[in-house]
Amino acid sequence: MEWFNDFWSTYSTLVFSVGVHALLALSIWLTLSCGLLSLANAAFMGVGAYVSALLTLHLEWSFGSVLLAGGIAPTLVALIIGAPVLRLSGVYLAMATLAFGEVVRITVLNLEITGGPEGLNGIPLATEGWHIALILAVTVYGLARLRRSKVGRAFEAIKEDEVAARLMGINVDRYKLLAFSLGAFIAGVAGALNAHFTFFISPREYGFENAVDILTMAVLGGTSSLIGPMLGSSILTLLPELLRSLQDFRSLVNGAVLVLVVLFLPKGLWESRRIRAFFKRLKGGQA
Amino acid sequence: MNAPQQPNLLSIRNVGKHFGGLHVLQDVSFEVPAGSIYGLIGPNGAGKTTVFNLITGLLTPSAGQIDFQGQTLIGLEPHRITHQGIARTFQNIRIFKEMDLLENVMVGMHDHLNYGGFGIFLNSPACRAAEKKARERALELLSWVGLDHKADMLADNLSYGDQRKLEFARALATEPKLLLLDEPVAGMNPSEKTILMEEINNIRNRGYGVFMIEHDMRFVMGLCDRIAVLNFGRIIAEGTPDEVRNNPDVIEAYLGKEDE
Amino acid sequence: MLEQQLLNALTLGSVYALFALGFTLVFGVLAVINLSHGAVFMVGSYAALAMVSHLNAPLWVAMLGAMVVSGTIGLLVDVLVLKPLRARNAPHLIPMIATIGVGIMLTSAAQGLFGAEVLRFPEDVMPAGEFMVGDVHVRALEIAIVAIAFLLMAVLFTILKRTQLGRALRAIAESPKAAYLLGINVEGLFHITSFVAAALGGIAGVLIGLNFNAITPFMGQPMLHKGIAVIILGGMGDIRGALIGGLFLGFAEVISKAYLSSQMGDAVAFGLLFLILLVRPSGLFGRKLERKA
Ligand SMILES: Nc1ncnc2c1ncn2[C@@H]1O[C@H](COP(=O)(O)OP(=O)(O)OP(=O)(O)O)[C@@H](O)[C@H]1O
Ligand SMILES: [Mg+2]
Repeated sequence: MEWFNDFWSTYSTLVFSVGVHALLALSIWLTLSCGLLSLANAAFMGVGAYVSALLTLHLEWSFGSVLLAGGIAPTLVALIIGAPVLRLSGVYLAMATLAFGEVVRITVLNLEITGGPEGLNGIPLATEGWHIALILAVTVYGLARLRRSKVGRAFEAIKEDEVAARLMGINVDRYKLLAFSLGAFIAGVAGALNAHFTFFISPREYGFENAVDILTMAVLGGTSSLIGPMLGSSILTLLPELLRSLQDFRSLVNGAVLVLVVLFLPKGLWESRRIRAFFKRLKGGQA
Repeated sequence: MNAPQQPNLLSIRNVGKHFGGLHVLQDVSFEVPAGSIYGLIGPNGAGKTTVFNLITGLLTPSAGQIDFQGQTLIGLEPHRITHQGIARTFQNIRIFKEMDLLENVMVGMHDHLNYGGFGIFLNSPACRAAEKKARERALELLSWVGLDHKADMLADNLSYGDQRKLEFARALATEPKLLLLDEPVAGMNPSEKTILMEEINNIRNRGYGVFMIEHDMRFVMGLCDRIAVLNFGRIIAEGTPDEVRNNPDVIEAYLGKEDE
Repeated sequence: MLEQQLLNALTLGSVYALFALGFTLVFGVLAVINLSHGAVFMVGSYAALAMVSHLNAPLWVAMLGAMVVSGTIGLLVDVLVLKPLRARNAPHLIPMIATIGVGIMLTSAAQGLFGAEVLRFPEDVMPAGEFMVGDVHVRALEIAIVAIAFLLMAVLFTILKRTQLGRALRAIAESPKAAYLLGINVEGLFHITSFVAAALGGIAGVLIGLNFNAITPFMGQPMLHKGIAVIILGGMGDIRGALIGGLFLGFAEVISKAYLSSQMGDAVAFGLLFLILLVRPSGLFGRKLERKA
C-alpha cells in the first residue's frame, strides 16, 4: 500500500485530470454524434466551474448540489442560445459557438464576482477520486444506453443526412437541442469537478485553446464509439507528462497529433467497426 | 377498380412553385385516391421531384393547396408530415451509409417507439420490449425487399439496386398511408425491375397508397391505376394508362423529346 | 478627440480588412475555413522582426521577406494538408479541424523558438515622423500602415477584376468542377491562392506588430477571431464584404473601447459576430440560400 500512497500523492491530480478530460471528450462526442461541431464546450465547462465554485465559496452549498448546479447552469445557457444557434450548420455553427465561447470568457474576465483575470482562489478541495470515477461511469453507461436507443439512431441519422432524418419523422431541431444541452450538462459537471480539485480557476482555462483541446481528444480517439474519446483524452492528458522535457514545444505535439490523425487516421485511433472486424477475424481463424 | 366515392388520400389543387423568376410548377391539380398506385410522368426537368418536395414539406408552395386525408399539409414541418402518414424515397438515394441495414430501417420507426428518457437510461422492460419488437418488424420489412440476410451489413456496401430497396423498406418503416417513390427502378436491371414491380403491387394490396415518379414507361403503364403527365410545370393529361397513352398532347410531348 | 479615434480606427480597420481578405479568399476559392491564418499572421511579424534584428534588413525588405515566409507556409499547408484531404473528398469540417492543428503547431513553435515574452522592433527601424493635422496627432507609421494596406488591397482587387487569373479564380469560386472542365488548372490556382492569402496575412502581422510594437506567439489568436467576425460580417468568401467588414470592425472596436471599457472592445467583435450569425447567417451582404432537397 505504501507504493500506492506515494503514487497517489504524486499523481492524483493527473489521474483526476484524465477523468475530467474524459468527461469533456464525451461531452463533445455527444454533440459530434449528432453532426454538430460545437466549440462551446470549454465555455460550458467554464460556466459550470464558476457557478459551482461561487456557490461553494459564497453560499456553502453541499458538494452534491454544487455539482448538480454546475451541470444545470450551462444546460440552461445551452437551451437559451441553442434555439437560434442550432439553426446554423457546419462551419457557421462552429464559428457561432466559438464566438459564444469568447463572449463568455470576456464576460468572466470583466465581472467583479468572478474575480476578473485573477479568477477565483481558495476553492475547497472537495472532489475525490471516487466522485470522478462514479460520474464517469454513470455518464458512459448513460451514453451507451442512449446510443442503442431511438435517440442514438436519430442523432446518427441527423449526422449523416439531415433531410432524410426529417423525413423519417425525426424532429431534428429538438434532437439537436437535446445533444447540445446534454453536452453542456456533462461539460458543466466536469467543470465543477475540476474547480474543486485545482483550488483555483481563471478565465484562461476556458478559452478557444481549451475548446480545441477537447475536440482534439475526441478526434484522436475516434468518435465512432464511446471508447474513442476516453482513449484520446487519456493519451493527450498523459502525453505532455511523458514529454515534459520538451517544455515549450509541448503543445506542438497536440497540434501535430491533430493534423496527423486527420490526415492518416480519419476515423481516429479506435474505430469500432474495424476493431470488431479484427476480433471476428481472430475468432474465425481459431474456429 | 376504385369506387368513385372512395375518399381521396392526397389532393393537390392549383399548386404553383417558383424559384425567383423560374416558374417550375403552375396551376398543378390532381387527386391521388386511396388504395391505388398513382403515377407521375414527364420529361426531365418537368418539375416532378419538386411536387414531392412540396408534399413532404421540404419546399413551400408559392400558391395552391395540398391536403392529405382532408387536412392541409401546408405549413407543417417535414417530420410532422411524415407523422401524418407520408413517406418517400429519393431520386438520388439518401440512405444512412454509416449505419447497417437494420439500423437504417429502425430509424424509420422513430415515431412509433414510445419510450422516454428514463426508460432508455434504466433499460426498462417497456423499452426493451419496444426495441425488440422494432427489430423484428425491421427484419420483416427487410425480408419484404429481400435484404434480411444482409441486415448487419453497412449500407454503404450495398449495390445500387439494393440501396433503392433499402430506402424502400426504410420508408415503409414509418408506417405510411401514402408512399412516394421517386424513380424507384432507376439504375436497376430488368429482372430487378420485375421483382420490384411485384413488390409495389404487394404493397398496394397490403393497403398502402403508392404515388410514384417514373421514367420507365413500360413499368408505369403496367403498374399504375392512374397517371398524371407533367410537362414544363403543367399537367397536360391525367387519367388511366390507356387514356394517357392515347392523348395527343402526351404523344407530342414525348415524341418531341425523343424516346425516354 | 473623436478625430483621433477615427484615425486609430482607420489604421486598425485597414489591417483587419487586409487580414480578412486573405482569409475570405481561401474560403471563396478553396471552400476551407483556414484557422491557421491567425498563426500565419503571427509568423509574419516574427519573420520581419528576425530579418530586421538579425540580418539588419531595412524594414521594407523585411516586409517583403515576411510575405514570402508566410506565403510559403500557406503554400505548404495547402500542399501537405489540404490537398490530401481534397483528394480524399473529406467532409468540409475536416480541413478546418486540420488547420486548427497547424495553427497550434505554428504558435507552439514560435513560443519555443522566440519565447513567450513580448518582443519589439528596434527603435531605429520604426518610421519616426509625426505631425499635427488640426487637433489630430498623426504618426507617419499610421500613414504608412494605411497606405500599404490599401495599396495591397487595390492590387488584389485589380487582379481579381481585370486579369485572366482573376477570372479563373472567380470561375473556381463558382464551381471548381466546371472550372476544371474549362481547362483551368484548379490545383495550381489553389496553391497560388493559399500563398497569396497567407502572404497578406503575414504582412498584416508585420503592420500590427509595428503599430503596437509588440509581438508575441499568441497575437494570432485574437486576430483570427476578429478575422472570423469580419468575414461573417461581410459574407463568407465575399472580397468586398471583407474590406467593408474589416473597416467596420476597426471602427466599432475603437469607438466601444473609447466610450465603454477597454476590455469590452474585444467583446464587441464577438457580440456583433454572434448577433449577425443569428440574424443573417449568410452575412450582412450575402444572399440567403433556400433549403435544397
Ligand atoms: N431548390 C431549387 N432551386 C432552384 N431551382 C430548382 C430547385 N429545385 C428544382 N429546381 C428547378 O426546377 C426544375 C424542375 O426540377 P425537378 O427536379 O422537379 O424536375 P424533375 O421533373 O424531377 O426532373 P428529372 O426527371 O430530371 O428528375 C428544374 O429546372 C430545376 O433546376
Ligand atoms: Mg426528379
